[in-house]
Parts: sequence; C-alpha cells; structure tokens
Amino acid sequence: MDPERTSRRDLLKAALAGGITLGTSGKALAQGHDHPMTPGSENASPMIHGSKEQIEYGQRSKYVTSVRVQHPIGGRPSPDVFGKVFHVATPLQDSVGVITPSSLHYIATTRGSFLPDIDPKQHTLTIHGLVDRPLTLTMDELKRFPSVTRLHFIECAGNRHNGKQKNVQDTHGMTSCSEWTGVLLSTLLKECGLKGSAKWFVAEGAEEVKGASSIPIEKAMDDCIIAYGMNGEPLRPQQGFPVRIMVPGFEGIYHTKFLRRIKIVDRFYMNYNEFGHLRPEDKELALGEQIGPKSVITYPSGTQQLPGPGFYEISGLAWSGGGAIRTVEISTDGGKKWNRAEFKNTPQRMAHVRFAYQWKWDGTETQIMSRCTDEIGQRQPTREQIANWWKVPFERDYRVPGLDNSVMPWKIARDRSVTNGLA
Amino acid sequence: MGSLNLLRVVTIPLLLGSLLGSTAFAQSPTYGVGRTPTAEEIRRMDISIGPTGEELPPGRGTAKEGAQVYVQKACVGCHGAAGIGGLAPILQSKQGADVPVWKKERILPLRAPHATIVWDFINRGMPVGLEGTLTPDEVYSLTAYLLFLNKVIPEDLVLDKQSLPKVRMPIGDEFGKPHHFKLNAPRLEGYPY
Repeated sequence: MDPERTSRRDLLKAALAGGITLGTSGKALAQGHDHPMTPGSENASPMIHGSKEQIEYGQRSKYVTSVRVQHPIGGRPSPDVFGKVFHVATPLQDSVGVITPSSLHYIATTRGSFLPDIDPKQHTLTIHGLVDRPLTLTMDELKRFPSVTRLHFIECAGNRHNGKQKNVQDTHGMTSCSEWTGVLLSTLLKECGLKGSAKWFVAEGAEEVKGASSIPIEKAMDDCIIAYGMNGEPLRPQQGFPVRIMVPGFEGIYHTKFLRRIKIVDRFYMNYNEFGHLRPEDKELALGEQIGPKSVITYPSGTQQLPGPGFYEISGLAWSGGGAIRTVEISTDGGKKWNRAEFKNTPQRMAHVRFAYQWKWDGTETQIMSRCTDEIGQRQPTREQIANWWKVPFERDYRVPGLDNSVMPWKIARDRSVTNGLA
Repeated sequence: MGSLNLLRVVTIPLLLGSLLGSTAFAQSPTYGVGRTPTAEEIRRMDISIGPTGEELPPGRGTAKEGAQVYVQKACVGCHGAAGIGGLAPILQSKQGADVPVWKKERILPLRAPHATIVWDFINRGMPVGLEGTLTPDEVYSLTAYLLFLNKVIPEDLVLDKQSLPKVRMPIGDEFGKPHHFKLNAPRLEGYPY
C-alpha cells in the first residue's frame, strides 16, 4: 500500500469525523457555514449542462474548434453541390500525440463520392480467385478470427507541399494515424488455401464506383489487415464502415474502404485506380506505391505567431512506409546544423511517431526543419537532393517524382510570424 | 535431449511444408468459419476485368451502336458531344494524330494500356448515380465508341469477349511496369531516399 495514500486517507477520515481542518480547503469548508461552497468553488467555471447526447457519446469542448478543410486549397469543396465528398485534410497544426481523432482523420475518395450507408448485417466479404476454397464472411464471422491491433498511418498520394500553401494542414494534412483492429489478411488467405500461382490481389469496395486496387501478394501475407475497428470503436463511415483493408505504408488509395471482395490473381490487374498511377517510367512508378520516409514540424508551423524569443519545444510527426522511424533530426539554422530529436512515443512500423526538440529562439530570422531515417535506411531528402539524384536542374517549383517526402522548412521572422519556407 | 529431438521431428516437416507451398499442406481450414460462395455468386460479383479479358461476359457492340447509347444513357450530358465540352472529364483527344500519347490528354480510352480497363471502368463506375445498370452490350458499344473517337479502332470493329483484349492501344509498351515488390526493401533500388 502506498504510504502517502494511506496517510491522506487517514487524514480524510479524521476530517470527516470533524477532528481537524485541512489547510485552505478546510477554511473554505468553515466559511461554508454562511455561504454554502464546495472547496475550490471560488474559481468555478460555468457548467456544461449534461444532455442525454453528451452523456451517451461525449463531445469536445466548445473552445476546441480545430476542423478539417478541403484539400488542396482551391480544389473541389466538400460537400459539393450534390453532397459528394472529395478530399479534406486533417488539422495537424493542432495535433498532439500520434493518434488522429477519428472525427478528424483525413478523407479522400476515388472520384468524389457519396458515403455508402452500409448495414453491417447485410455486408459480406468474399475472397476468391486463386485459392483452394473461396470464402464468404459476414461481419460477425470476420470478428471470430484471431485479431490484431496496430497503430498505422494512412497518407494520400496528394499530400504534396509547395510554396503556395500557408499552413501544415495544407502542406501535410493528408496523412493521419489511428489504432486499427482487425484480422490479418494472411490469416484469411491461409484459411482459403492460397494457390502457388497467386501473385497479386485485387481489393474492391462496395461504394458506387467499386474502387479497386491491385496489391502484391507478398504484402498480403506480411501485414495487411482486414480492419473493422478504429481507435477503439467500429470504423467510421468516412473510413470505410463496416470494413476496410489496411495496406501499411502504401499510399492511401490502396486502403480500400467498404471492402466487399478480394480476388487473388496471377498478374497485375490494372484497374481504374491503377490507371491513375500510370507513368512513363518504371522508376517513377516505383516511387508512387510505398510512402517514403517523411517528417514535418507541426509546432511552430505556418501561420502561427510566436509570443517572443525564448524557450520552445519544437514538435512534429515522422513516418515511413518502409518500417519504423529510426532517427529524426532538427535544424534550427536553415539546414546547416542538424540535432537529434527525441521521440515522445515508441516508433512503430508504418505509424506516426511524435518527435520533439528543445530550442531557445534568440529572436533572429531563421528556418526550422526536420528530416528522418527509417529502419531500412531510407533517408528523407531535401527537394534539391532529389533533383540532383534525378540529374535535373533544381528550380523553385521543382516537382518531386513519385510521392513527395521532401524536407519541409518553416521560416520564423523577426516579427515572430511563422511562414512557409518554400514560398 | 528428448524434447530437442521431438522439436526436430516436428519442425522439419513444417519447414518442408512451407518450402513446398500451401497446396501440398494446408489442405483443411484452420478455423472453419464462414461459408463457400457458389460459382454463380462469384460470377455475378466478379467485375474485375484483367488484361486477358477472361472475366468478360458474353455480349457485343460497335462504335455506331455506342454513339446511340452515349446519347440514350445521357453520357453526353456530363461528357459533352463526342466526349468534348462537358463538365466531366474529356473523353476524346483534341490533339493531332502525330502527337505522342504521353503528350496527349490523360484520357482513359486513349492512354490505357489495355482496352479491358475501359470496359471495366464504364461497367463499374458509369453512369454516375446509376452505376451497374448498363448491360454488357451497352458497355461493349460504349467502349467501341470511345476507342473509335480516339482513333484506336475502326468504326465497324465488333467488340466482344474475344476481340476486346486484342485491341492494340496507342501506348503500346511505353509505360512503367510495377516492379517486383520486396518486403523491407527500399522503394527503388539505388534510390537513397
């Protein structure tokens, strides 16, 4: 038994018996004779009156107003005039920790879509093709299989930064991280008996356009999850209720929502989603499948205003499709000197990790930026390094081939404003 | 000692099993949960059309028929007359025949490496709001019409399960192929980032 707790309890017992007073709260109790007050109530805030809804399913404080916004700025608004959802980005500038609240997870849809309103009792998942035994599962049956719970990010291929964007929601808000629960696809494929000729699989959703992607079978047997849970509750409709596939580290479009069918095939099936990936060269295509090592500082970041020179804990997120993040470095002098950042949580495979670096700003103009390395040795590059590797001239509006995992600088000016360092 | 030997007796066949592949061993399901779908259920559900076209249903269509379907099914309302001038994506190239395909607009029935992709997408995704309502003949006809508009096939070519996969697309072999995916390997060999 904790001795401090014991003694406090003894004191409380004595206080209740009317024997002794307890410092200031004791005085408050004593004053209560004239004006009934509970201890500490001098500073009491207005009350939130408990509504049935608030008690059944809680909401955040009205003072917390962070919301998703359309992506990219100037793109199609969501909802559009027909009520369709396009792309909306998560407010990373306000994020803490690594979990994106389900209500703020970014959304992207194959071509803009209505959310299907799926009754989980009617929904089934069918696995067929190059298997010994095709399998159809109801959602209740799926949940009978052994499950896994893992932290994974999902990032949209459209998560690219340029000099025109203002804040980190615009530059990097198309990534989010959640705790996902479901059944490993490998568990289900072993149950079906995979044939030796299986090389790829097609994952297809039940929404109106039946979005489908082809994914290597090696990935299926490694770490894909048929996920029905997200952050401790069923998936949200915007994230594929009742079931989606997680393809950890692959770009967002592979994580088929409203999953209804998995077909095992012997070759690459170029479905409509893959048409979007079509590139002239193998090399660029290869950089458009798996997310590279990437990090960004979320505080201080674009459009924020610093109160003044002094102490700051620079904080941000790092992630990679190649595995867990191994190191994050911070530069506070425009990329000349790099300092090792600390991790706020244990880095996990294909998951956001929160990093931080303690810094004293002297009030002079500077640029701050982060870079990371993942567990297989991939390094986050600057845009200039990428251009050099491709042997093309580096220009201000250089477009990174494949997915954009380049370093993001924030400029801190003497007037304490933080702006896009690429501008 | 005895337990070590036992371990060997058990692990060697297991290792052999994994080397020989799943067909030789995992013959029976482990959990026995779920049901086996019927062949007919799978056929109705299987709308993924691969490059060989093996999943294509019976049916047929020509560009001339497709031009009528294009109007009847109101494709024209969103994509414009003959695939130009609508709010939805353009479906007929405005570029000359001598312009290389990668310099032309990003149009599915022009740039797709396989004509089967065109069929697949019309079938699964069109018309918006009425997806899945077109008959196989209508999808073959629309596919023929759009390929004809982009000068990929002649107007009188009949598209069906046999002829559609054989259509030679303008892109030929000039597109990036997916690399052989390796676990825990960099995205692109030799690329340090």
